[in-house]
Amino acid sequence: MNWKRATIAVLASVPLIALFAYGFTRDPGEIPSPLPGREAPHFALEVFAPGEAPLARRVGDTISLRELTGKVTVVNFWASWCLACRDEHSALSETARQYAGSPTQFIGVLYNDRPSLGANWIAGMGGQSYPSVLDERSRTAIDYGLYGVPETFIIDPSGRIAYKHIGPITSSVLRSWIDSLLPGAATDTASVLETR
Amino acid sequence: MIGLIAHNALLISVAVIAFGAIVAPFAIRSGRREWLQLTYGAVYTNFVLVSLATALMIVALVTHDFSVSYVAAVGSRSTPLLFTVISLWGALEGSILFWAWVLALYAAAVVWFHRDRPGNLVPYAAMTMLAVAGFFALLLAGPADPFVPVWPVPADGPGPNTLLQNHVLMAVHPPLLYLGYVGMTVPFAFAIGAILSNEASSNDWAILSRRWMLASWAFLGAAIIAGMWWSYEVLGWGGYWAWDPVENASFLPWLTATAYLHSVMVQERRNMLRLWTLNLCVATFVLTILGTFLTRSGILSSVHAFTTGTIGYYFLAFIAVVLVATLVLVAGNSERIRATGNLGGVASRETVFLLNNLFLTAVMLTVLVGTLYPLVAEAIRGVKVSVGEPFFNRMAVPAMVALIFLMGVGPSLPWGSTTVAEARRRMIAPAIGAAILGAIGVLAGARGMYAILAFAFVGYAVVGNLREYWIGMRARHNAHGEGWGTALLRLIRGNRRRYGGYVAHIGVLFVALGITASSIFRSEREATLLPGETLTVAEHTVRLKSVWGREEPQRSVIGATLDVLGKDGEVIGTVEPRMNYYHVSDQPVPTPDVRSSLRGDLYVNLSAFEPNGAHATVKVIVEPLVPWIWFGGLVMVVGAVIGMFHRGRRTRVPPAPVASAPLPEPRVMETVP
Repeated sequence: MNWKRATIAVLASVPLIALFAYGFTRDPGEIPSPLPGREAPHFALEVFAPGEAPLARRVGDTISLRELTGKVTVVNFWASWCLACRDEHSALSETARQYAGSPTQFIGVLYNDRPSLGANWIAGMGGQSYPSVLDERSRTAIDYGLYGVPETFIIDPSGRIAYKHIGPITSSVLRSWIDSLLPGAATDTASVLETR
Repeated sequence: MIGLIAHNALLISVAVIAFGAIVAPFAIRSGRREWLQLTYGAVYTNFVLVSLATALMIVALVTHDFSVSYVAAVGSRSTPLLFTVISLWGALEGSILFWAWVLALYAAAVVWFHRDRPGNLVPYAAMTMLAVAGFFALLLAGPADPFVPVWPVPADGPGPNTLLQNHVLMAVHPPLLYLGYVGMTVPFAFAIGAILSNEASSNDWAILSRRWMLASWAFLGAAIIAGMWWSYEVLGWGGYWAWDPVENASFLPWLTATAYLHSVMVQERRNMLRLWTLNLCVATFVLTILGTFLTRSGILSSVHAFTTGTIGYYFLAFIAVVLVATLVLVAGNSERIRATGNLGGVASRETVFLLNNLFLTAVMLTVLVGTLYPLVAEAIRGVKVSVGEPFFNRMAVPAMVALIFLMGVGPSLPWGSTTVAEARRRMIAPAIGAAILGAIGVLAGARGMYAILAFAFVGYAVVGNLREYWIGMRARHNAHGEGWGTALLRLIRGNRRRYGGYVAHIGVLFVALGITASSIFRSEREATLLPGETLTVAEHTVRLKSVWGREEPQRSVIGATLDVLGKDGEVIGTVEPRMNYYHVSDQPVPTPDVRSSLRGDLYVNLSAFEPNGAHATVKVIVEPLVPWIWFGGLVMVVGAVIGMFHRGRRTRVPPAPVASAPLPEPRVMETVP
């Protein structure tokens, strides 16, 4: 037995094992989005589910991102066939209602679904406080680089994407972002991004 | 109840394995060889226990016993029986159980076949296999226990992953893969056994393990091809290989196993490469464990990654133990193992084998580096990168093309040495084959050096291998007046290893030809068609007939029926690409329809459809020679089977006496030097 050679060989294998151990600290599925910090892609989409007063919009109205400048806008992509969307439904609906008096706008965007199924789903979930719009041919979803549903984008008053959330969102995440972006908070997207 | 019995069987197997593995070294050290029967008994008992647990799992799956956690996770009352049974390997815990069963089977077979061999090689090999089995038994007893009781018992389950219940090849690919992967444990166990029993400085152990390696190599090769086929038939992208980390992980041990199958011949013939061959055995096994680790730990992004819990940590610990233990054993004993033979002439078969090993190792290292690079980049530079086709194609293809060439050169060169003139003479016929197939490739539109070389070298190697058959058959025909069929059969029977090897070469060459042609000459178009409209791709025309829907117990099927039109617009067949919507998943599973012929495939996939049937978007891909890949895989396996059942070197058909016509080569019957 030549212990010197054996030791050298074992030492040579240490970096490989260390590399694998390091691998556990990483999530390979996580793909950083280039969108936060950039200007939000424009959209003008037709309302199919009105929402509830005071946030309601008439069915058939067009909501355009441009008219929302000056407001914190929460864009939530969802579908009736999406199980995880059920989990976040009440958080979104209730947070929208709580911020009804401040310059915010919540919008649901129906993804890869039929409006009748979407409307049924809303009714089955006990209503939705804010309006949902149709995304014909998924143009907006493509513009936003949607990977799946649900995904939520929070857009600051100047029209920049401040935050992208993959998977069901919670009311505390929503609230902390909206609070930090509301005009009174005296911060902007760039500084919020930096502090995070 | 089932769960309880099976769980206890697995717990007992942990104890049995530990006992059997610990007894072996004591029995050998103390000279009480009768104690070795305890080790062998442990191997058999483990096989019985794990078989029981596996059988009970199948019973639980088939009877929808949702009180068993694994059944609750992958079972469903609406899943067809076949897919219920094969969901045994459809998720993590079940696949570990299946792995343990295959390993127990191999270990029992090795002990059964070699139990009477004198010396300590087999006892130490049995101990090594028990140690590996112990790891999997521990996983099954704890972190990957498939038999955890579920309470309250669910009424139904979600069914297997939808991608895995969409095609019958799922019944084929995974078991072949496990038979191949797990089988690599046997040569590894022999290698470790050889070192521990001081037999590594002879060639015996390598020859003993050759047949096991050949079997595992054939299983793994067939599994890779079946996996390519599955991906082609199910994923709807018209491709069969994407250099995904897990595909690479199955390819790596296949490369080193191929290198072993060649280097062991050099070791046997020329008494060279002993340490190298042993290293290949060890590396092959380590690469299988590495591959499993990469699939099961989730540290690399891959389509195959199972959802995992803590099992990755156990695998990491296992890899670390295996690496350290084998490196200590191999490096610590390397001076004793190293062989002393030397190379014959430059133009000799062993030179070609050395080059073959060099290139196979180069391909293996390239693929390994490419696979692990994303992890390295993130560790060192903190950036996310993905390494894809361009890297692998640019880095690995040249060496693979060179390997095709060597496949043609090797068979026509003798062991030892030959003159340059003789070597040149033997290259004439293959060179003609190269010119013909190369020209066909160019005429068909192949451009670029490697594309043309690939065609030419396939032509070279096919002729080079067939020529060996021709020479041998002609010699028998002339010498004994045998008919050509008899001559072929007796030729193969006389030296199964050699002629089986050539058959395997032909199989690999078919695969290479299919891959080359289908990747160079692929043409595709996608279009939205109204009923009656046609789409033409590379002289193939399809016409949309109808879009339809159908309900099945576990899924809704949307399909499009398209007529395939001949040259004059007549209908020569239909294709029905479908999309299957399984009730448990939001994602449809595409089910392309493929019309195959020797010349290639017409591949039609349904990309989108209008629910009212007004129109459908289809992708039509024309891929020449794809069926040759699947067929080549089969030929490769046939070659391996021929080579596996050789009767040893001493029992052979007596060499043909020199006939009136002088034999072209003196080595027709491969006499032992």
